[in-house]
Amino acid sequence: MALLEVKDLHTSFFTDAGEVKAVDGVSFELDRGKVLGIVGESGSGKSVTAYSIMQILAPTGKIVGGSVKLDGTELVGADENILRKVRGNRISIIFQDPMTSLNPTYTIGHQLVEAIRLHTDRNRKQAWDRALEMLQLVNVNEPRRRLKQYPFELSGGMRQRVMIAMALACEPDILIADEPTTALDVTIQAQILELMQDLQKKLGMAIIMITHDLGVVAQLCDEVIVMYAGSICERGTADEIFYTPAHEYTKGLMRSIPRDENNGQRLQPITGTPIDLLNMPKGCPFAPRCDHAMKVCLTERAPRMQVGEAHFSSCWMNVKDAADRGEITVEGGQDHV
Amino acid sequence: MSERQNDTLLEVKGLKQYFNINLGFFRSKPLKAVDDVSFSIRRGETLGLVGESGCGKTTVGRSILHLYQPTAGQVIYDGKEINSKESLKEFRKKATMVFQDPYSSLNPRMTVSDIVAEPLDVHHLYSTKQERNDRVLELLGYVGLNSEHASRYAHEFSGGQRQRIGIARALAVNPEFIVCDEPVSALDVSIQAQVINMFDDLQDKLGLTYLFIAHDLLVVRHISDRIAVMYLGKMVELADAEEIYSHPLHPYSQSLLSAVPLPDPKAARANKRIVLNGDIPSPLNAPSGCPFRTRCPHATEACAQSMPPFEEVDKGHFVACHRVREIG
Amino acid sequence: MFSANKPFSMHLDPNAFLPATEEDKQYISRMRPSSTFFKDGCKRLLKNKVATISLILILLITLSSIVLPMVWPYSYDAMLGVRPGKPVDASYNNLAPFTWGKTELKRMEEGEKLFPHIFGTDAHGRDYFIRVVYGTRISLAVGFFASIIVLIIGMTIGAIAGYCGGRVDIIIMRIVDMIYSLPDMLVIILLSVVLGKTLNVENTIFEKIGANIISMFIVFGLLYWVSMARLIRGQILSLREQEYVLSAQATGAKGSWIIRKHLLPNCISVIIISTALQIPNAIFTESFLSFLGLGVNAPMPSLGSLASDALNGITSYTYRLVIPAIVICLIVLSLNLFGDGLRDAFDPKLNA
Repeated sequence: MALLEVKDLHTSFFTDAGEVKAVDGVSFELDRGKVLGIVGESGSGKSVTAYSIMQILAPTGKIVGGSVKLDGTELVGADENILRKVRGNRISIIFQDPMTSLNPTYTIGHQLVEAIRLHTDRNRKQAWDRALEMLQLVNVNEPRRRLKQYPFELSGGMRQRVMIAMALACEPDILIADEPTTALDVTIQAQILELMQDLQKKLGMAIIMITHDLGVVAQLCDEVIVMYAGSICERGTADEIFYTPAHEYTKGLMRSIPRDENNGQRLQPITGTPIDLLNMPKGCPFAPRCDHAMKVCLTERAPRMQVGEAHFSSCWMNVKDAADRGEITVEGGQDHV
Repeated sequence: MSERQNDTLLEVKGLKQYFNINLGFFRSKPLKAVDDVSFSIRRGETLGLVGESGCGKTTVGRSILHLYQPTAGQVIYDGKEINSKESLKEFRKKATMVFQDPYSSLNPRMTVSDIVAEPLDVHHLYSTKQERNDRVLELLGYVGLNSEHASRYAHEFSGGQRQRIGIARALAVNPEFIVCDEPVSALDVSIQAQVINMFDDLQDKLGLTYLFIAHDLLVVRHISDRIAVMYLGKMVELADAEEIYSHPLHPYSQSLLSAVPLPDPKAARANKRIVLNGDIPSPLNAPSGCPFRTRCPHATEACAQSMPPFEEVDKGHFVACHRVREIG
Repeated sequence: MFSANKPFSMHLDPNAFLPATEEDKQYISRMRPSSTFFKDGCKRLLKNKVATISLILILLITLSSIVLPMVWPYSYDAMLGVRPGKPVDASYNNLAPFTWGKTELKRMEEGEKLFPHIFGTDAHGRDYFIRVVYGTRISLAVGFFASIIVLIIGMTIGAIAGYCGGRVDIIIMRIVDMIYSLPDMLVIILLSVVLGKTLNVENTIFEKIGANIISMFIVFGLLYWVSMARLIRGQILSLREQEYVLSAQATGAKGSWIIRKHLLPNCISVIIISTALQIPNAIFTESFLSFLGLGVNAPMPSLGSLASDALNGITSYTYRLVIPAIVICLIVLSLNLFGDGLRDAFDPKLNA
């Protein structure tokens, strides 16, 4: 059984202007010790997916359907007491801006000790030792001194390390990292990514890495989910996604980023503007921007097709290709030989 | 690149920009945001300026346009030094700026056409309303927007479209030189490429010269002819884009380039990163001598003594490092 | 959902795999209808029932205070018992609501139809209803114009302090601090007394309004601009860091252009809201001063002076105190509620 099982998750935000379907039918599984990347642009629903798993949505947001199972235990609609035991204990989350999740009026040590004591039955002394141990684990220099410092006295990279230490203090099964390096500089980002890689090997937890940076995904992730406008376009291993993308959106993304292959050449951007989530099209959300859009793309959602061993894609082009190859038949269709 | 490649359009000599930081009653300390930076930009080229936050790259762009009064140094545009009100006024008709944040760089209370026409209004560049309108539509046309968009407000557009509006505004006075201050870093990946291509096209069509400031090294490499690297207010390396990517000489450039997460899993696995220790020092307490010495794997005592000179070590390749000959 | 491991078949329109045309795509990716910040704000404001009712009430009170004196058969300063060449008819003084004086009763017996004195008359035989209406008009006018004066002075000084910064800002803000530290009621009373005595408004257009009201405007102008100036300065300080201001500077725009085109339009919601909240404040102060006898000149009424006059006969004619008090309450309350509604609807920080 998979460690985490998300099935047909729907999360909506109810705003003045109407219902925003931020997550619109997302399903995936996460195995123990794997690093899963979720990539997408702003508004693709990648963060909301994570918040839905943790059930820490803003007041206007609501899970309207689907299920999230951790080790077989249903979390959607579960009792607040159960959720509290899950959050921080079994699933931890770190955010983009560590300053917003650290309380500026308490010392680092105080906050770490509080977090540890909340989830374990260590006494103050043991919790303090554990905090020190955690800071050493995340390579904070002079950990003893840092424990007595306030968040504002630390640099951005240092704060993110403290956040990671806090998130890992209770040895969670899953660490959700929501754009953990976006606010950091390149050289600091490299430090944090390397740290996360080391810790993952050492502690063996599963990581859900949410990011918009394809470079971060390429470096860190075993498996990748590509999201667009609330739904999953494609899922596969990192190599599959980067070298043999199947969904038109993923293909477009790969063509539009500057890389070694297209250096000196003109980039091939995805045309158009991002979809208006309040005014979602009936068919594939990417169809209005897709160069290969077909009639069917505008009217119906594409089915999920298996295109590789663990490689799935929801794109009508895959259906068409399969029909062209004769692997499937489309009744009433044209002559696909 | 045009054939007038060696024709210098803008020259910056010994630019210094200090800010006074108040530390309490009657105590202040200069923050050396930009400290003795010199470079030149040729007509029709794109000079990329990279560095991490707090390195002074944005300040360089703003000081060139005299949004801050430079503490010291010269800005020479087209052979004329910008040192008087008149020269500045003329300069501002030739040099404009595109900003980073597509949200805060457009006034939410103005329509798109008013935003784009603002430079025309300020410099009185039209005689009739009709002329103003035509020019606005022409500018919107350059950036792929149309008359339907002109009467709308900025908040109705997506980030990419907003950045197009900002570019149209920068083009209004028919400039020769544009400072692009992180123009794509706030945009989604799929939109970035659209805007980058637009910069390319406009350069070809209008013969523009760019100073392209960014922290995304892959984008800078794609768009720039030459690249300058800054660290803590100092310029540490300047060379042709390909040269700096294939043979970075300054240890900071080397680690910066190796730290870029490549969007390519195989390359990422093969990449040997030089992970630097520690954090960037605060510009208020910059180290003595070479600013990079506290994190530099090659630092010696000499590095603490004096700031290494910014020298040409190869043709067109400038580096500021005492040990460049040993490391390179 | 299905997996395509084994061949399967599906029902589709034969044309399903034809490429979609640009028009097809356009159809679903059109832009939403245009809407401005102002329209959105108004929509939100109208959704707020309390604010809408308050607005209607304010409009009703304002309109009636303007229109009613024009059509009312009695005037605010006519003592009904006083007739040229005849002794004062005391039956007109202190009439109860809906009663008439002696001569009026006589005329009614002759078949004439007379308009009732809805609230009766006061001690001098003046129709009390129209006096209340007129007093409302004066109070509203004072509140409104005082707020405008405060707005103009506060906005100009605040904008200059915020935009220029540095030494100019420091000097202006120290002056603001000094004015803040004065006990304002004491200063208002002192200034009203002094100005009321020394201002010479005879034979000017201000004669009818009276020196007291003029001095009240001056007092408001001198004292109450400080909080407005502080507010605007704070707004401008944060707006000044926005990139569109930098952009205007990079274009070479002058300070006055930037203040007019960029800074003030973006604090307009704050300006409107605090002005709306300033009006009841001014009305309150005016009523208070008039109550102390430092307000409008007799025979002109204001809500405060009416209440003050009513004190003389408080035991017999309690309603004469209650009526203007209720009107003051209504005006102040509805303006405050409306101001709150405005803030909720237009302050982007709250509905972000």
